[in-house]
Amino acid sequence: MNLITTLILFPLAIAILSFVIRQDKIRNAIVTLGAASIALLTVLVTVRYFGDGITYSYHQEEGISYLIMCLEIIIAGYVLVKSIRDKKYLVTVFAAIQTPLILWFELSAGHHIQIVNQIVYDKLSGIMVLIIGIIGSLICIYAVGYMKDYHHHHKEYAERKSFFLSILFLFLSAMFGLVLSNNLTWLYFCWEVTSLCSFLLIGYTRTEEAKSNSYRALTINLGGGLAFAVAIVFIGLHYDTLELSTLISLEPEAIAMVPVFLMSVAALTKSAQFPFSSWLLGAMVAPTPSSALLHSATMVKAGVYLIIRLAPMLGDSPVGIAVTGIGCATFLLSSLAAVTQSDGKKILAYSTVANLGLIVICASIGSQEALWAAILLIIFHASAKSLMFLCVGSIEHQLGSRNVEDMGDLALVSRKLNLFMFIGIAGMFLAPFGMLISKWVAMKAFIDSRHILAVIVIAYGSAITLFYWTKWMGKLVSGSNRKQEKEHSFSLFEELPIIIHVIIVIVSCFAFPLISDYALVPYLTELFGKDAVIPIGTSDVNLMIMMLAMLIIIPISFIPLYKGDKRRIVPIYMAGENTGDNETFYGGLGEKRKAEMRNWYLSEYFDSKKMLFIGNIIAILILVLGVILLIGGLAQ
Amino acid sequence: MLILKIIVIILLTPIAGGLLTGMDRVITARMQGRQGPPLLQPFYDVLKLIQKEAIEVNLMHRFYVYLSLIFVILTSVILLLGGDILLAVFALTLGSVLFILGGYASNSPYSLIGSERELLQMMAYEPMVLLTGIGFYLADKSFFISDIIKNNIPAIVYLPGMFIGFVYILTFKLRKSPFDFSMSHHGHQEIVQGITTEYSGKDLAVIEITHWYEQIIALVFVFLFFATSHISSIIVGIIVCLLVYFLEILIDNGFARMKWNFALKSAWLVTAVLGSVNLMVLSYFR
Amino acid sequence: MNFIKKSPWILHYDGSSCNGCDIEVLACLTPLYDVERFGIINTGNPKHADILLITGSVNEQNIPIVKQLYEQMPEPKVVVAVGICATSGGIFAECYNIVGGVDKVLPVDVYVPGCAARPESIIDGVVKALAILDEKQKILSGKKALAK
Repeated sequence: MNLITTLILFPLAIAILSFVIRQDKIRNAIVTLGAASIALLTVLVTVRYFGDGITYSYHQEEGISYLIMCLEIIIAGYVLVKSIRDKKYLVTVFAAIQTPLILWFELSAGHHIQIVNQIVYDKLSGIMVLIIGIIGSLICIYAVGYMKDYHHHHKEYAERKSFFLSILFLFLSAMFGLVLSNNLTWLYFCWEVTSLCSFLLIGYTRTEEAKSNSYRALTINLGGGLAFAVAIVFIGLHYDTLELSTLISLEPEAIAMVPVFLMSVAALTKSAQFPFSSWLLGAMVAPTPSSALLHSATMVKAGVYLIIRLAPMLGDSPVGIAVTGIGCATFLLSSLAAVTQSDGKKILAYSTVANLGLIVICASIGSQEALWAAILLIIFHASAKSLMFLCVGSIEHQLGSRNVEDMGDLALVSRKLNLFMFIGIAGMFLAPFGMLISKWVAMKAFIDSRHILAVIVIAYGSAITLFYWTKWMGKLVSGSNRKQEKEHSFSLFEELPIIIHVIIVIVSCFAFPLISDYALVPYLTELFGKDAVIPIGTSDVNLMIMMLAMLIIIPISFIPLYKGDKRRIVPIYMAGENTGDNETFYGGLGEKRKAEMRNWYLSEYFDSKKMLFIGNIIAILILVLGVILLIGGLAQ
Repeated sequence: MLILKIIVIILLTPIAGGLLTGMDRVITARMQGRQGPPLLQPFYDVLKLIQKEAIEVNLMHRFYVYLSLIFVILTSVILLLGGDILLAVFALTLGSVLFILGGYASNSPYSLIGSERELLQMMAYEPMVLLTGIGFYLADKSFFISDIIKNNIPAIVYLPGMFIGFVYILTFKLRKSPFDFSMSHHGHQEIVQGITTEYSGKDLAVIEITHWYEQIIALVFVFLFFATSHISSIIVGIIVCLLVYFLEILIDNGFARMKWNFALKSAWLVTAVLGSVNLMVLSYFR
Repeated sequence: MNFIKKSPWILHYDGSSCNGCDIEVLACLTPLYDVERFGIINTGNPKHADILLITGSVNEQNIPIVKQLYEQMPEPKVVVAVGICATSGGIFAECYNIVGGVDKVLPVDVYVPGCAARPESIIDGVVKALAILDEKQKILSGKKALAK
């Protein structure tokens, strides 16, 4: 058994172990050790194979295929029974069509197709493996601490920690399989497992809301799965191949665009683009570690990963244009919707959708520069978003609220969390941090490939992004000068993953030229067959690093720097009516009144429901247009 | 040599900006039939502020203002040394964000309203600034200012719509009516003094100096529209900059302050119409 | 050199006045008198101000407010009492709620009499205040030098 097989199977073993063992202490130890080993394993795999990559297949291919088929039948059976019992018949229909379809295909036509490489580990999979392995396992460790607090705060939910943790690990295993499989049927299987895992995670609390949201996620993802299944059958019957690498090296003729289109639709459902975004927004009812896992490192990244893989087939083809259009609509409108939100997790959800939209735009444009930006966006988004989710999760427990308006008081409770959250937000949009570098390159790529609409969308989108992040940052900053009132320690299981995340966010910004040189440039050079260059000039990179170094001093503002400096401190200006505590003023009748300070949400303009509605309409129109173009292309 | 250049830029930019502000105040006064302050008044103000006692409301809020100044200086250095225009825009944005955070950090109601409005203004003008940078790239094939000014044909030929759009949002950047709703200069007292309400002494002086830099940065963008490799373009560019500045003063004196709704809508509309159409036409022909 | 003389910024506070003096203070800003000639700006913010210009007398209600505004001004600062009410209470002096002139609460540096005080005398008062500001600035920088 080589390292890569271990990488896929090891999380599975931990999943089973943590499901079986019911004693908290032993399980926690196993989960923590297991997660740490996964991270270590990831690093080992990277060190071992990253340079040259590896492609191979198994001798027991047939056995594995039959095993997968069995598992597929079991999953389908579970979904069918459950959905009929809960009267969600759309799910029943989707499951009842796709599983027999795939089984029939594999047992008949698909059975004879020879597959050369079942597992492909190249630079792109390598990066994905690193993200999943490191960020994913950190989230698992965090979950150990979080779930304890969670059930402490929410006594109304049945405690199923074993189940929760084991699903997290199952998720990691499926994700590893997904990014490493070159065999489309295997990829499809992993794809369906992630859908199922997300269903189970979202429905964890078993409330009505959780139930309906989990079914929404399952419906949409199974719909995508159906498209995927049809695509596989189509490829198998038409081209007599089941390899992803062969598919993307096909001539981009009209007939080949059919499976590409179907797979793109599947990818769009998974990465929560309009009109399929509602599942991700609903996924917020789940405990935070699962949101973090779904939104940053795994689930949604599977979708954009597939689009990046398909990028050579997209480009200026009708399908490519349709996907770009959907990405544009998603990026712009969900950014606008984020402006009106005050719930921290909701903002993160909308911004996730928006950023995925941006990645989708980059990936579907498919030029060298655009892919460079897309992959970097994946890396930086995964680390910064995951950090923020973990922070919000802990903040909710410490503060009793995850509303942004209440975060002015965060420094009173925990200065550390305040600082970590600040760094997370800075990582999302401020100048020398990763996301902005990628956006910059994306902008350049769009203009170089003459996608003017995308350029305009990114110009507006960045301005809107700036608005909602800065006002959140402002809330954090406004409390930073106040004294921490009580020592609120949070468990090491929560703190350690957050600190490592912070380090990753900062270090990845310093290291992005290295990432570019050792991973992106070789990958893109190989993919395009011509030399790729880092799209930013060296002098600019140096300047950015200088800026970053300067920005590192920002956190100093959270430490009272000027203790020795004797400046007179006066009350803030409240037209002379400040009562002296800087929070209240004397009202008209001499009584003390609190000065309430709230952010702007502009909900009369950018109402989130309205934005989603418009976005969905636009996206559906684009999809219909894509279908028409596709049929038109076939008819020619 | 490079270091000498940087020092000269850091020293001369605020002096030019201060003189411009002084001119502004004199011209404004004359437009209102007053005599107005001496030309060097802005410098007197700043020097006075430096001499005065600095008081503060808490230990941290001044920190952001100094950081903001550093990044605005960085922006002007990048611009005037012929660096990447988008990088300059990002550095400037960072400076503005830090300034806004300063308003939040003071935790004062008036500062907070100022911060919110300033943030809204940024959201209004930022798309146009980014599109302007991209427009230059499309017109002159480079993001580097050193390349843009070497062209034979001034960018204005390709970017007339961009230019008008940029002048429109310049009103935000120069803090002039009708779009000075976050904070305005001299006589006005809207929401006390916005973000600057809680700053005094040296910290306030730093804010003034930051604004001087910002004014020059804004005008450098205007200048770029006219810059060519020919020597006369420098004179033309400077004349246009002064004319645009005069126009802004005229608008400042001729208009009342607008509501933020109008500011946001109109800025985005102008960007969408003038900026985007210009970009589309240009990308079609080049 | 002390630049405070060249750029005095004013905070105008209206106590219990009849608004006659306030109108005259505003008249100073008009083109006819144009105090901006001297670099004078009406800031409306104590943290930016050098001169606290008070019209009208102080009463029980506004004593803490006047004190707070004065406290919020950075050194060096001066107080100019404009109009007879601000200097002594004027015709309101006998009212049940009136405490008297501003000097009952704050150290007043310049008294500008008149009912209402004429713009010329207000400007005159402010210019007198400048000399005092200059003195205070010198004392302040002397203190700083000593501290070093």
